[in-house]
Amino acid sequence: MKVGIIGIGHGKFGNRSDATVQELAFEPFKEAIEDANNLRREDIEALIVGSVPEYHMQRSLPGVVAEYVGMNPKSTWLTEAACASGSAAIRTAYMAIKSGLHDIVAVIGVQKMRELSTEEILALMGRVGDVQWESIFGTTFPGYYALYANRHMYEFGTTKEQMALVAVKNHFYGAMNPYAFFQKEVTKERVLSSEDVASPVNVFDCCANADGAACVIMTNEKLAKKFNDTPIWFEGLGAASAQMSLLRRPNLVEIPSAVEAAKQAYAQARIKPSNIQVADVHDCFTIAEIMAYENLGFCPRGKGGKFIEEKQSYIGGKTPVNVDGGLKAKGHPVGATGVSMTTEIVKQLKGDAGKRQIPGAEIGLTHNVGGIGQYTFVHILRR
Amino acid sequence: MPFKYFGKINFTPYTKVDKFSDYLQKGKLMGTQCKKCGERYFPPRADCLKCMDDTFEWIEYSGKGKLHSFTKIFAAPKGFEDIAPYILGIVNLEEGGRLISWIGDIPENEIEIDMKVKVVPRIFEEIPEIKLYYTIEKP
Ligand SMILES: [Zn+2]
Repeated sequence: MKVGIIGIGHGKFGNRSDATVQELAFEPFKEAIEDANNLRREDIEALIVGSVPEYHMQRSLPGVVAEYVGMNPKSTWLTEAACASGSAAIRTAYMAIKSGLHDIVAVIGVQKMRELSTEEILALMGRVGDVQWESIFGTTFPGYYALYANRHMYEFGTTKEQMALVAVKNHFYGAMNPYAFFQKEVTKERVLSSEDVASPVNVFDCCANADGAACVIMTNEKLAKKFNDTPIWFEGLGAASAQMSLLRRPNLVEIPSAVEAAKQAYAQARIKPSNIQVADVHDCFTIAEIMAYENLGFCPRGKGGKFIEEKQSYIGGKTPVNVDGGLKAKGHPVGATGVSMTTEIVKQLKGDAGKRQIPGAEIGLTHNVGGIGQYTFVHILRR
Repeated sequence: MPFKYFGKINFTPYTKVDKFSDYLQKGKLMGTQCKKCGERYFPPRADCLKCMDDTFEWIEYSGKGKLHSFTKIFAAPKGFEDIAPYILGIVNLEEGGRLISWIGDIPENEIEIDMKVKVVPRIFEEIPEIKLYYTIEKP
């Protein structure tokens, strides 16, 4: 039996020093219940929270979220896979429904990244790689992607200009997304002249830490039509892991977990990369989006730079990517990101994306990467 | 020499491969080799990834290798602000395995991917507590 989405909700991403984590979680949860037809909160049997706990002052997040959104005494738990925690939660909900354990499950991805001081965040980020052999040399998150970028440039001739064009595209679409952190266009020159972070990665090649929450409500084929005239179905799910340490990866020009997860998802959905009409990919850095084009098979390996240069990832191109602004313009509240991607694809497949609508889109994909590629989840959705 | 002396800041003072820092202090770059199947590891591992055997011996690495990629870090994490900006490199070692470290004596404009390099054991002289590390140098 198929599993589908019957309700979505999305809170404002950005600097949300006006709200606690549970207050952030409430916003999309309420919206998602209202998005479904005649769904009562009591109908939901479980609440799965996707989040990275280290960022919050509040320990054991699902407890406080479940209480605040009014889910007690229903079961609730956390899934964590770094920046892919939201998609991990969705995969867990899929399992729960598929197994018959629960019929209706809500997934909330939520993160408040600005509770900690800058020093505390920098210390946390410094330990994103292998702490025994890498972090002791002062590695950073952008630094890891910079190592990918330099190698990618060396092997395939990818350029800084091509990387900058990813930021230009994502800000172009982000300017049309009311939920985005940055609703403003940027020029290629502005990206290239922005401050150095870890060469060749500049500030405008990086997504921003943000606060925010998103929600999807899922159910089985039998119940879906009761709550939504056009449920959006999960057609393929892929998930894979890769070495924590870059030192044990086969190469530095692809994310092996993404390649594997994509393969699984395409096989289950029985489609090819060229069938994808809209995709939300994990552009934590501009080079990450270029590698995503390749790892998902939208273009051959090494041709990701050309793909953006030829505007193939714009609406009207071969495969429109991140037309909601991506992590780059929306901001990246780590636990919320995978769920946010899913809400965008649902909107696109229902024809509800407004100015950003891809005409007639019926098949979409999300690609959510955790850490520096340790985890990847790829989901294929269909109208 | 406890493992806590390895690195400018050490996050894992205890490990089954803590002899690594003893050797490093003596100027030796050591990896491990599985006693059962012979697989070699750098960074060292106590437990074999391939055959899951948990017996190993230490083997010396020449430090020779090729620079696989590099980056200049401007925004440094806590505890590394005082040495920023610094250049990090990844080296593919001749005997297999990889490491990440700071680039030492190679002038910035001479750094090139796939260039031949040598990894050299070092001691932080400006830090009173013993701090061991290694740098990437010209061969
Ligand atoms: Zn072995």
